[in-house]
Amino acid sequence: MVANLGYATLIITFLVSIYGVVAAYLGARRNSHALVDSARNAMLLTFPLLTISALAIIYLLINGHYEVQYVTEVTSNSMPLYLKITALWGGQAGSLLFWSWLMSAFASAVTLRKWDRDREFLPWVTLVSLVTLAFFLILSIFVENPFISFWHTPTGSITTAMFRPAGTSLFIPQDGNGLNPLLRHPGMIIHPPMLYLGFVAFVIPYAFAIAALVTGRTDARWIRLTRRWTIVAWVFLSLGLVLGMRWAYDVLGWGGYWGWDPVENSAFMPWLIGTAFLHSVIVQEKRGMLKQWNMVLIILTYDLVIFGTFLTRSGVLSSVHAFAQSAIGPLFFGFIGVTFITSMILVIYRWDDLKSDVEMTSWFSREALFLLNNLLFFGLFIVIFWGVIFPVLSEALGIVGQKIPSLSSIFTGQKVTVGPQWYEGIVWLPFAGLLLLMGIAPLSSWQYSTAKTIGRAMWKPSLASLLVVIGLVLVGFRSLPALLGFWLCSFVIFVTFYEFWRAAWARHHARNENLLLAFWFMIGKNRRRYGGYIIHLGMILMAIGILGIELFQEQTQGTIPQGGQIEIGQYTVKFDSLSVFDTADGRNVARAVVSVYKDGRYIGELHPRRDYYYESQQPMTIAGVRSTPEDDLYVLLVDWQPLSTSAATFKIYHNPLVWWLWFGSIVFILGSVVAAWPSKEPEMVMVSKSIPETSKA
Amino acid sequence: MRIKIILLSYLLTLVMGVTVVEIVSAQQPTPSDDQVNEIAKQLYCPVCENIPLDVCPTTACAQWRELIRQKLADGWNEQQIKDYFVLQYGDRVLGTPPPEGINWLVYLVPPIAILAGVYILFRAFRSWKRPIQSDNLQPNSSEAPQSTDPTQDEYINRLEEEVRKR
Repeated sequence: MVANLGYATLIITFLVSIYGVVAAYLGARRNSHALVDSARNAMLLTFPLLTISALAIIYLLINGHYEVQYVTEVTSNSMPLYLKITALWGGQAGSLLFWSWLMSAFASAVTLRKWDRDREFLPWVTLVSLVTLAFFLILSIFVENPFISFWHTPTGSITTAMFRPAGTSLFIPQDGNGLNPLLRHPGMIIHPPMLYLGFVAFVIPYAFAIAALVTGRTDARWIRLTRRWTIVAWVFLSLGLVLGMRWAYDVLGWGGYWGWDPVENSAFMPWLIGTAFLHSVIVQEKRGMLKQWNMVLIILTYDLVIFGTFLTRSGVLSSVHAFAQSAIGPLFFGFIGVTFITSMILVIYRWDDLKSDVEMTSWFSREALFLLNNLLFFGLFIVIFWGVIFPVLSEALGIVGQKIPSLSSIFTGQKVTVGPQWYEGIVWLPFAGLLLLMGIAPLSSWQYSTAKTIGRAMWKPSLASLLVVIGLVLVGFRSLPALLGFWLCSFVIFVTFYEFWRAAWARHHARNENLLLAFWFMIGKNRRRYGGYIIHLGMILMAIGILGIELFQEQTQGTIPQGGQIEIGQYTVKFDSLSVFDTADGRNVARAVVSVYKDGRYIGELHPRRDYYYESQQPMTIAGVRSTPEDDLYVLLVDWQPLSTSAATFKIYHNPLVWWLWFGSIVFILGSVVAAWPSKEPEMVMVSKSIPETSKA
Repeated sequence: MRIKIILLSYLLTLVMGVTVVEIVSAQQPTPSDDQVNEIAKQLYCPVCENIPLDVCPTTACAQWRELIRQKLADGWNEQQIKDYFVLQYGDRVLGTPPPEGINWLVYLVPPIAILAGVYILFRAFRSWKRPIQSDNLQPNSSEAPQSTDPTQDEYINRLEEEVRKR
């Protein structure tokens, strides 16, 4: 009954979306306000409808309606209530519906804004949002239906169908399979919603971009309108990525946070292009340049978002995250192909309108450096995209070798692994370049900068950062990559603080304000700029954490008897005891107690454990971690002697500075809040366009 | 007599202690876990894709690690062991594709793409860049205003200009 209600609502939502698409199109063509308003109302209606659908699944999940296939797949009797609710996005069918629900929430929020000034955008924004929504609804209705039930056939077998096939009766299993243990972690509970929020929010700037292309209003208006949406999308996507990293660090038990897995990469790619977009739109706003490029970037971001959703939820590029396999691949690729080609045709159609108003005048101008930033982000994207698709490509190209025997030694068709070593061997260079730009670009001016003007602005922070390097060398650092990395980090930190200081000081002098007050007002005056600088600082702190763990991680493994100890760096880990017991939620837990000593001094106890889930027959390794700004001690219980529990194998990682990775992410969220905070005088921004730029041009 | 018993018990304890120590040290495998992991880190089992062998918790992977230990104990070197696994399970067990045949593409495409990007950007810059009319531009170093702190002045100019632009 509830399943039928949920499914019927999905179908109605789909029909409403299709109606909205048609009404929006006709409304725009015939210039009919009534039709456009009707399309907008259709958009607004999808949200309550999808809420009913989502609530229907949640109801089924909470109440253990195991006759529904999805409920059996992702829940079990022993699971606590909060996990049953969050199981909504624990499997493929549920997460697709969840995606649609978030999408309709965002699109509805957009349609609720005041449209008086930009009414011509409204039908097209509605149309693009509804087309995207309709596509995901097609997937939910026809391919990945979360409401399908089990049926008992007269022959005794079990079949699945939405409605009762003739001669069958409903089959209700006593218990479900339970949620994949890897997903039962707080990080994993918030990680997918954050990532999805980031994904769906990027649909909004894309919808405005398409609206701008169709209507021919190719000035920076669409960018100004979506400025805050873009930042919000970016923050959520970043947060989703960081939470995923934290989850991997806590749950996957490999001592790291990023494995260059195709699924991680698929969320990282839209982030890279989205970040490039976030920077290059500033150039369009300030200088009226890069209009064509911005269009390409947002189209690419949108299609990478769809690609990312697809990769996470299909088994095409199988990886640790690819829990589900399904036949939705061709549909996804078809949709990506159609939207990409259509959007690019629109860009080409408007190519001349999108030409820059002005030209680049100086190699070191801020716009030139932003363009360089875009090149590096785009380069990173190309590298990662290539790494993700190459294994599939090399396997698929094996067919050439089969058809043409003389080429069989080249096109072997062997599946290969493109692992972290490959990525890390390449990406460090563009990342180092980005760090350098983060230091130089804030010191450059729009339109005109020379090596001389930049040099004059940067000698003080450069000198300070060199002193840091000298200090590091004196302390005993000899690793060249580390010195380069820490030099870049300290350079950016000094430049950023210097920028804050100079502006606050200038204001303090000019207006006779108290320095702190001047600092506060200065940030308030240009939130995006200073929010951006705070985000840069957050990124630098994260970079420090990454440098620490990547360059200085130590690890050791050993089997020790009770009372025995393993040493790593300054630390000694002593094996005290091990207990094995069953828990009420269906786990067999082996939990070790180890004492940790630093330089011979007792500093505490850690409890690495191994959880074995009976339902899914999956083990999970939970590390015992002691985290400080200086370093993390990360202890894994690898193995133990089952009967006596008197000896056990531990793997121990020493991860210097990784704490800063998590701390930096808090700083960048703070910066994003500053950057996205609603401005008090939004109208001023629009008026300023009419003021001629006389100062330097 | 009593002394004898004490001595005997001491001796026994000592012998037993040695035996225990021997058992404990006999349990320590000849090639250490760290040596095994050093090689396992570079390998991937075909089942648990994208999880390096040194950290994979499955039984199958534990057996593979034991195999590496065995081979090390037999005197095989790192390359021989890797070759052995490639022979058994194909190229996919290696963390990076072996540079042969079409796999060259995986190493060549990224640098070529980035260099192409640099070239395109360079060309675009050249075509965009207009000759600068020096009299139009303010920060002309030879005519810099003689003030106490030139950077400060330039900065205030910039600040004012940006406020104007908004």
